[in-house]
Amino acid sequence: MKTPAPSLIFEDSRPGRRGYKLPPLDVPEEHDLPESLLRGEIADEAEVSEVGVIRHFTRLSKLNVSIDAGLYPLGSCTMKHNPRINEEIARTPGFALSHPLQPDHQVQGNLEVLWQIEQALKEILGLPRVTLQPVAGAHGELTGILMIHKALAKSGNPRKYILIPDSAHGTNPASAAFAGYEIKELKSNARGTLDPQTLADAVTEDVAALMITVPNTLGVFENEIKTFAQILHDKGAYLYCDGANLNSFVGIARPGDMGIDVIHSNLHKTFSTPHGGGGPGAGPVGVSEKLVPHLPSPTVERREDGTFYLDFGHPESIGRMRAFNGNFNVLVRALTYIRSMGPQGLRRIAQLAVLNANYIRARLKGTYHLPYDAPTLHEVVFNDKNQTAHDVHTLDIAKRLMDYGFHPPTIYFPLIVSGALMIEPTESEPKEELDAFCDAMIEIARECEERPELVRSAPHTTPVRRLDEARAARSPVLRWKKG
Amino acid sequence: MTLPNPLHDNHRYIPNSTDDITEMLAAIGVDSVDRLFDSIPGDVKLDRLLEIPGPWSEIESRRWFRETAARNQTAVDHLSFLGGGAYAHSQPACVDQLLLRAEFLTSYTPYQPEVSQGTLQSIFEYQTHQCLLTGLDVANASLYDGSTALCEAVLLAERVAKNRHKVVIAKSVHPHYTETVRTYIQNLGYDVVEVGWTADGRVDTEALRAACTGDVFAVAIQSPNFLGVIEDYDAIAAVADAAGAVKIAVVAEATSLGILTPPGAHGFDVCVGEGQAWGVPAQFGGPYVGFMVVRDALKRHMPGRLVGETVDVDGRRAYVLTLATREQHIRRGKATSNICTNEALIALAANIYLSLMGKEGLREVGMQCLQKAAYLRKRLGDAASIVLPFRGPVYNEFVVRTPIPATEILADLEHGKILGGIPLAPFFPDQPNDFLVAVTELHAREHLDRFADALIAAVARERR
Repeated sequence: MKTPAPSLIFEDSRPGRRGYKLPPLDVPEEHDLPESLLRGEIADEAEVSEVGVIRHFTRLSKLNVSIDAGLYPLGSCTMKHNPRINEEIARTPGFALSHPLQPDHQVQGNLEVLWQIEQALKEILGLPRVTLQPVAGAHGELTGILMIHKALAKSGNPRKYILIPDSAHGTNPASAAFAGYEIKELKSNARGTLDPQTLADAVTEDVAALMITVPNTLGVFENEIKTFAQILHDKGAYLYCDGANLNSFVGIARPGDMGIDVIHSNLHKTFSTPHGGGGPGAGPVGVSEKLVPHLPSPTVERREDGTFYLDFGHPESIGRMRAFNGNFNVLVRALTYIRSMGPQGLRRIAQLAVLNANYIRARLKGTYHLPYDAPTLHEVVFNDKNQTAHDVHTLDIAKRLMDYGFHPPTIYFPLIVSGALMIEPTESEPKEELDAFCDAMIEIARECEERPELVRSAPHTTPVRRLDEARAARSPVLRWKKG
Repeated sequence: MTLPNPLHDNHRYIPNSTDDITEMLAAIGVDSVDRLFDSIPGDVKLDRLLEIPGPWSEIESRRWFRETAARNQTAVDHLSFLGGGAYAHSQPACVDQLLLRAEFLTSYTPYQPEVSQGTLQSIFEYQTHQCLLTGLDVANASLYDGSTALCEAVLLAERVAKNRHKVVIAKSVHPHYTETVRTYIQNLGYDVVEVGWTADGRVDTEALRAACTGDVFAVAIQSPNFLGVIEDYDAIAAVADAAGAVKIAVVAEATSLGILTPPGAHGFDVCVGEGQAWGVPAQFGGPYVGFMVVRDALKRHMPGRLVGETVDVDGRRAYVLTLATREQHIRRGKATSNICTNEALIALAANIYLSLMGKEGLREVGMQCLQKAAYLRKRLGDAASIVLPFRGPVYNEFVVRTPIPATEILADLEHGKILGGIPLAPFFPDQPNDFLVAVTELHAREHLDRFADALIAAVARERR
């Protein structure tokens, strides 16, 4: 049965309905603003009761799938369990009601939280300092590249290029461009990794840094990473690591020990803070010794007497990356998680995430084509080569998975794989959930042979079916207007 | 040192345990979990456990974090008048309760629209609220916060104006915002020119006119500005127009849009700001939500995600991420922004808040803020020892000046459990005695009286 499209909150509106109550005004009804500064009513704004608002958003929520409902295997996105103690701790009134411009002596608790999470991340990353200002991975990338620029400029020449492998996330070149660099793309080899020789040939006196994801977006560890560092450092360039995939080696190996100069970590991935439908995140950035003077200002420091303060005394800092203190309450959640895991637990994250991904790989290999056969860590990238013979493609397979109750994997990324299906289960999944997913994938492969039209026309059971995306872009309707 | 054996080291967040692991290893065809990490060279592997505390139970976490939070002195047990870009407004109970629905909290960016209509429709509604409130045409799905929203607006303006190299930013824009802009654009070859204020606390339009040379691509002002003063949009727009510059209005106190004429009604091209005041706690600075709303003609220059309406194959109305060719995952190094993850959940909080308050509530909150601030200003203005130095029109925040350094006065008030304001000296060193006071609907008349009495007494005490 075709379910009706839900109404918009503005369509739920009825004149005179109310969703709030304020105390009566207890001061004189006076002000000195000229009428010319005051607007009339906000035309077409909603008028909805509290009941109406609760029902509206509850109904909307039911149109989403979520990690709490089951496997959400988006590759490179690390959709893991979001522990609820993190939510409770973040709502502690002493954190939630603290103001970002309070003087240090009034917010010693907050400053200790910031200091403690920096200590934990320093140890996890194996790097001497970490800035907590960036509020997302891409924000961290910009921060890191700006620091590299500053360090190079100080030594006389900021240089022109950032090298980026063709398997990289799109944010990498975008961030490098906003930091003032041109991009040179490096080709991956047959393993899907970067050849030291390819790098050596590309590194000139004009190259500022290599920006590389480890393990890469195929899930393959760049086993020549120390060689990369050597090649770059010999030419005075830097090694930037996109830490989106830190989940696969946390507690097993440390970026600092690999010669990496800068790494951002997406706390909403490895450290379990909820994705919230697209944020908030946090993207702290760890740096090697030579970049420490260029960290964003202020930093959090501890005095010998155990008190904490914001230190604005960084004359060579790149400056401030955002107002106030970053996404503090995301950092609180991440620190809660790090404490809940402890050293054994952090290591176990990587172990089980890698085990789960390799289990999926073992079960689906043969049914789906594996374009790169190198050993993989936390994710595995298949493609649709075996299915295209039946004129069924990656998009169709992804949509059909929805009918089996699963969110699809990341599709058509990385770009070096035609028709990529990038699957990352994370450590949160029990074996039976992985089996159900693999069974569904195998069943879909059979459908591709026997009933390809069923797959091509999927999904069939979702709140809406395939959308006319071309129409959305051709004549954009980006807001509701009163009809 | 011996590292723990993953076969026996179970954790409550990681379901698979001994038997599962054994079966899975057999299916993979390896004899240990360690073998799965053979591709990581031995010389970069850690041969020890990380040196960090834990693992903690919930009991231990609650104990440590609650004790740590209790070391803050906050609005929990103080009367607070802190603003300066982060405001304490009423948070309707529904907002947080709905945010905790797992379908919103634990979902990803809505790349697969068939299973993400809840998030997508909510963003479409959020975009609509932004348009109604600012009087502009097209809003995006959110940016990180007010400061980075201004950065994105400046970058957008440069793309639109082309081949110009200066941005004029009023000195009365939140200083953190301007600092962040300087950081963002430091390697792009643009100059920031700051323009001060006149005695009434409004932008000095003569200085602005002088600064607006033909090389200026944008003029950015904030209203109410960092001093709390409401700007004259028309006067500023006229000067910016004469130079052909993109007009950017910053709104750091979002509830002001409930009662003040919006920038879109005065010909501004872009409105960016901080949505924290819409039902989001101050939480030491984040997460917040940056908003951006532009004239229709600028929509293809927009940074970040946009949600548009369309239909599915059965003709049902539905929503989808659209105009994605602007974005980094398609355009890579030529994208309009590097932003990927934004502040979706906080935008949802804003949507729920705005929907609950609605047409009438947004006006009533705004009027109460305005009238309560007017009451407090009158009480303080009656005291001979206190000056309100800027006479321009204000909404809910204003500068207070006493004969005593602000930090001393505020320390005195703190003894009486009052967080009295934000000293301006760290931002404007030539104003050592000034501090910012913000009033909201949370303040009852007795709170305002208590503050006025305490401040007057503190000045008298400190002067002795």
